[in-house]
This record gives sequence, structure tokens and C-alpha cells, in this order.
Amino acid sequence: MRSKPILTVLHRLAILAYVVFALFPLFWLLKVSVTPNDLLYSEGVRMWPSRTTFEHYSFVIAHSAFPTFFKNSLIVAGSTAVTVTILASLAGYALSRFNFRAKYWIVALMLITQMFPLVMLVAPIFKMLSPLGLTNSLPGLVLVYTAFNVPFATFLMQSFFDGIPKDLEEAAMIDGATQFVAFRQIILPLTLPGIAATLGFVFTAAWSELLFALMLISGNDASTFPVGLLTFVSKFSVDFGQMMAAGVLALIPACLFFLLIQRYLVQGLTAGAVKG
Amino acid sequence: MASIDIQTVRKSFGAFPVLHGVDLTIQDGEFIVLVGPSGCGKSTLLRMIAGLEDVTSGDIQIDGKRVNDLAPKDRDIAMVFQSYALYPHMSVADNMSYSLRLRRSAKEKIASAVGGAAVKLGLEPLLERRPKALSGGQRQRVAMGRAIVRQPKAFLFDEPLSNLDARLREQMRAEIKKLHGDLRATSIYVTHDQIEAMTLADRIVAMHGGIVQQVGSPLELYDRPANLFVAGFIGSPGMNFFEGRYLVSGDHADMRLPSGTTLPIRKRDGLESGSAATLGIRPEHVILADTGALEAAVDLIEPTGFGIIMHVTVHGIPMKIFTQDRRMLTPGPAVRVDLPQNRLHLFNGEGKRVD
Repeated sequence: MRSKPILTVLHRLAILAYVVFALFPLFWLLKVSVTPNDLLYSEGVRMWPSRTTFEHYSFVIAHSAFPTFFKNSLIVAGSTAVTVTILASLAGYALSRFNFRAKYWIVALMLITQMFPLVMLVAPIFKMLSPLGLTNSLPGLVLVYTAFNVPFATFLMQSFFDGIPKDLEEAAMIDGATQFVAFRQIILPLTLPGIAATLGFVFTAAWSELLFALMLISGNDASTFPVGLLTFVSKFSVDFGQMMAAGVLALIPACLFFLLIQRYLVQGLTAGAVKG
Repeated sequence: MASIDIQTVRKSFGAFPVLHGVDLTIQDGEFIVLVGPSGCGKSTLLRMIAGLEDVTSGDIQIDGKRVNDLAPKDRDIAMVFQSYALYPHMSVADNMSYSLRLRRSAKEKIASAVGGAAVKLGLEPLLERRPKALSGGQRQRVAMGRAIVRQPKAFLFDEPLSNLDARLREQMRAEIKKLHGDLRATSIYVTHDQIEAMTLADRIVAMHGGIVQQVGSPLELYDRPANLFVAGFIGSPGMNFFEGRYLVSGDHADMRLPSGTTLPIRKRDGLESGSAATLGIRPEHVILADTGALEAAVDLIEPTGFGIIMHVTVHGIPMKIFTQDRRMLTPGPAVRVDLPQNRLHLFNGEGKRVD
């Protein structure tokens, strides 16, 4: 059936409107980051400043603690993403393929952890981590992020495993593989899109987490970048240019990360489209 | 190659029993077909032989060795799945060689085994392709190739042709039979298609409700079905049944139908006069004759090309007739039929065959 051209046009326009709407704040971030301080308030609302500068960028990189924040964030988000994905793959596989006692209760418990507003948990978690020396430390943050991301990531991975026919492992097991070898050599390569999605999801969640980072970390040495952004807010003024420049820089790893995994993500979105 | 011995094997899923004690001995090199409707336990039995399901009670022996507690990989059997279960991220050659690579066979041995199987199945031009780029029939062939490269003790087939279209199914059926002729490998084949069962099997195991109903050669099941289930399941179109009473008078016997009609039949020893019984006759054995004893009202004509399936009603009972007489394409409102005595099957009140 041929679709009507008018419908196609409307469809594309709707997508365009959505993309513009969604990306506009990012554009504004970029625009402010290259606007010289003296033009920030003097030009009114303009789509692009009459003069651009990279002085905010050079300041942020050379004279602020931003590189430390950046490195800390990279360590925290990276380790969290890897740890969570490994745990979630194993747990998701178990939930998808094995029947064991208390499976129902384990799933229910995991769901319950997702029900509480995080603010409620800040105090008890601080109380628990403090005697262990895990406050004000990156491993402490990784631990907390991992704990909070594993349930959702597990469900995500489980749904990917559910989408892979059981016949495949059974065939591998008859071919001479143990269940673990079948998992590693047959199932895991087929879940790469799922793993990429989970990695990406957890990475961005950990990368932009503010609440726990703010509560558990004091001092610049272990601050992550969302906390670091607040250092651009002083008592009497907000340095928007530098803040936005830091924001743009913080986008880079997330963008690179998604560029890296997008091949698998797209594959994942279309994998179920063709039967067989 | 090996024999397989199944001794009073039972299976329950939770409290729900699926197999009620199956006994079966499969000879070395034999082609056994497990046939029955969905849910009869045939696939479960096959998966238990493969080691994919636990045995609740009873023993399974392969080549005289008890395998109940052996993992699938240690049973040395190969299986062809209904979904083919080809590894999507591997080429055809890698799919076929996977089992040998897991066993760390020598490279030359793998190459010659894969090459040999590819020649046998006509897969040579496809060896570098991914399963995605293959047609259904080709995928089916790769699944078989994967099974034969290993030269296992036995082949298990789980409805391998169900996903193919009719023409291809016919073709692959013949290929499987030819392959079995070449390899003489012990094979167990699960299907719900009685044509596949009839054409492929050395012996058919007809199953229903988790119980083996009859074991025998295809023609034994066709000619002398042990009970009503087998009689109705084997043969297409299915056998016609008439319920009624078995009455003996002197040297001969009659079947009295609910309508009051009596049909003369051969006297049987194992059945008391007056007991409830069911008479069966295959559609292809009903004789159309102007002098026939019964009048049949014609309801529907189904021409198949090869013949004609007539749906008729005899004394209020629906019946099918298969004939190759083309005049029956336009038979008029009623025909006369005869039920030849030597073609009649009689089953007692419990549905068991009486001879």
C-alpha cells in the first residue's frame, strides 16, 4: 500500500517539531557557553550572540577543579555501568531461564526497592556508609549507584533474554556445551544490543546523579561533575558562561559512549522485526 | 549408533502428570516415530531422552547405560528442533562445526566432517552465509547438517518439518528417509502429522494423554488399530465410527445402531452379546454401489484431485467416503453404500479392539 504524501509530510513535521523541542535546551546550553560575559545580559534574547568566545572553556579546563570532577565522574559512571551490567546480565539470565524457590519473592523485593523516593534513603545510607569509611569516596558512590541500578537493569536484561528462544541454549547443550558455555558463547553474543542498552542507561544515570553525590561527598577531591557544577554558583552570582561550558564538556563522554554503542542499540530495536 | 531402552518412565510437572509410565525399546538403527495430538507427551518424552527434562521416575538407557543423571552434552545424541535453533551469529559452517569445536576436534577432521555433511545435504554454496540469509528449507537442512557432522549415537527430531510449507515438507520428508537409509542411525522422530509418521517410521508409537496407545509398523497401526484413538488418529480422512450394540444370534452377529438399523458383522469371541461397541470403517473402504444396503444422504463433496471426499449421513450418523469415481462429483441427493465385512473394525465399550 502506498502512503499518501500529505501524511508523510505531516509525519515528518511532527518528528521535526519533537526533535526541535527536545534539543532546544541543549542548543541554549551551547549558545550561552560561547557568549562573552559582557553580552550575556546586554543583548536581550537572541538565537546567537553577535560575538562568540571560547574563554569560558579555557577557564573551566585550566583554572577550575572541573578536570577532577570530570575524572571522578568518569570513574564512578564507568565502574557503575560495568558492575551493574555484569550483575544484571547474570541475574536477568537466571530470572529468565531458571525456576527456583523464592523467585517470586526476589522479584517482588527488587520491585519494592524501586518504589521509595531516594530522598528517604539518603540519611540511612549515610549512616551505614559512614562507619565503613565509604562516605566521601568514589567506591562508596559506585556501591550505592550499583545497588540502585541493579533491579531495573536486571528486568531490562531479563526481557532481552526472554526474547531469545530457549531452543538455542538447548541446541548448544546437546551439541556439547555446559549451560554456562551456552550462555557465554550463544546467548551473550545475541544479547549485545541489550547489554549496550543497559550499559548506556546505567552510565547516563550514574553520570548525572546529583542527590547521593551531593550528600555523600564533601570536598572537591571526590566530587563528581554534577556536584562540581554547583561550584559555579556562588553566594552572590552565578557564572552562567563557565557553568554552561562545563555542561557542554560533560556531554562529550555521554555522546561518545552512545556513538560507540548505537550500532548495537539500533540492531536491538530491529532485531525482533524479522521472524526467524 | 545405539539402542535406547525406556523403562516405566514417568514425568510430572509439579503435581500434574504428563507421562504415565512409558515402556519402549528402540533397536539399533531403527526409525521410531512418536505420534499423537498436541499435549500427548511425545515431545516431553523426546526431551527426556535428550536430557532437557528430568525423569520423574523410571530409567532411560542409551546403549545399555543409564543416562537419567547425565547432562545432555554427555549423552552423545543430536537433536533437530522445530525452530531449527540455528545460532544466528554464526555462519552455516560454524553452526555445523560447533559441536566438534566444543570437543576440540582436529581442524582437518572438522573440515572433512562439515564438508561431507554439506555435500550430502547440498549446502556447499551456503557455508559462509548466516542463517538469516537462508530460506526455511535451507535452514532445515543446516539443522540436519549440524546433527549429522557429529555421528552421534542417536538422532532426535522434534517436529522438524512443521514450519515448512506443504511442498517443502514433502521433499524434506523424503530426504530424511533417504538420509536414514544411508546412515542407518537410530532415530526418534516426534510429529503430530500422521502422514509423516506413516511414511518415515520403521515403527510408530502412537501416544495419547501421556500413555502409549500402540506400538507397531505403520501398516499394523493402519490395518489393526489397537483402540479407538489409534483408529481415529491414523488415516486421512479419519475412520468412521458407529456406536451401537453388539448382538449375537447363533453363528453370526449384528451391530444394532441407535436408529434401529442392524448391520451384519463377523462374530467375535471376545465380546458378549448385548454389550456396547463401536464399529469403525475407513472412508476409502466404503463401497459405493447401486445395490448397497444403506442409503446415505449426501451433505458435501470435497474434490482433492486425487479423489473425492464425500460427507454423507447414514441413518442420522455423519460419515465420510473416499472415492476415485469422478461420477461422484455430482452424485445427486443420496447414494447407496455397502460396508464390506472384512474391512470393519470392532471396538468394545472401553474402546479396545476386538478380533
